[in-house]
Amino acid sequence: MQQYNVLVVDDSKLARMVMASAFRRIQPEWTLVESTNADEALAAVSGGTVDIALIDFNMPGTDGLELIARIRKTHPGMPLAVVSANVQDEIIGRARELNAGFIPKPLTDDALGAFLSGATLRLKKTAP
Amino acid sequence: MLHADKLTEIEQDALAEIANMGVSRAASSLRQMVGEQVLLSVPAVRIVTRQAASKLVERNNAKKLVAVQQSFEGPFAGRALLIFPEAQSLELVRSIVGDEHSLEDVIDLEQEALAETGNIILNGCLATIANVLHRTMRMSLPTIVRGDGARLFEVEGPASGGQFVLFLYIDFNIKKRDVHGFIALLMDLPSIAALKDIVHDFISGIEKQPSVHVG
Repeated sequence: MQQYNVLVVDDSKLARMVMASAFRRIQPEWTLVESTNADEALAAVSGGTVDIALIDFNMPGTDGLELIARIRKTHPGMPLAVVSANVQDEIIGRARELNAGFIPKPLTDDALGAFLSGATLRLKKTAP
Repeated sequence: MLHADKLTEIEQDALAEIANMGVSRAASSLRQMVGEQVLLSVPAVRIVTRQAASKLVERNNAKKLVAVQQSFEGPFAGRALLIFPEAQSLELVRSIVGDEHSLEDVIDLEQEALAETGNIILNGCLATIANVLHRTMRMSLPTIVRGDGARLFEVEGPASGGQFVLFLYIDFNIKKRDVHGFIALLMDLPSIAALKDIVHDFISGIEKQPSVHVG
């Protein structure tokens, strides 16, 4: 079974804990890398080891959608998702325009699992 | 002719209904986070001074309150608050991070956990309202305020305590834990005229819906 490196970007420690605990149930073998802001996240992505990124919307400084737009410039095919309680149609629509998923908070295993299944398929298709 | 500071009965009903959708979403988020049943009161809508709003919040509570607040702007502006007695904040945090954490861990995480909990609950509430109204709202990052009702509602602030606000609130109660509190929306009166327009759009949207749904 293929294992992936997942970048989790959230300024909240609690939110990162919740995400890590969901991964322990759904994909315990995968590696999580945590960032607390957009700059750290961009550094991690440019390091080249990130396969998938899950990104909070409401963060100090650069918000999640701006961060996704920046990652898209260099990584057009990377599976990305906004993770947010801000379930406004506009936010979900903007995520879709950037070819990113949307996972609502509070996080559920079902919603995360569904996104990760799609992401896995996409990564397999593009794998050399 | 309507006055900007008065809402008609149907407007109040519509607002209460819109608020109800928002806080119901908030309650379901809270329920999911604590894994236990959350009881809600019927939402109340009032036009009161900040001072009176602060008294309403203190009514059944200790004077020491803690609130997570987010300001919002868009078609109308104001603040959303998740409020509860300070004495219950550790119990709330414990119910969210799980009972397996030690008291030290819970104390360490308190600020952090309150902010994220407030963020999820208030964002869900405001986003639902924005979606119902087909409008977009911008929300600030969450901040934590401690103190009595007057401090939470900035009665002493630049906008005086005598200033009228639109105050929407609902009580919640986590049944198995001794945790209760409020979800409150405070809207500035200058935007009430805008709010009336929006509520009218909402009402006429309902009236335009066909009475028989097919499919």
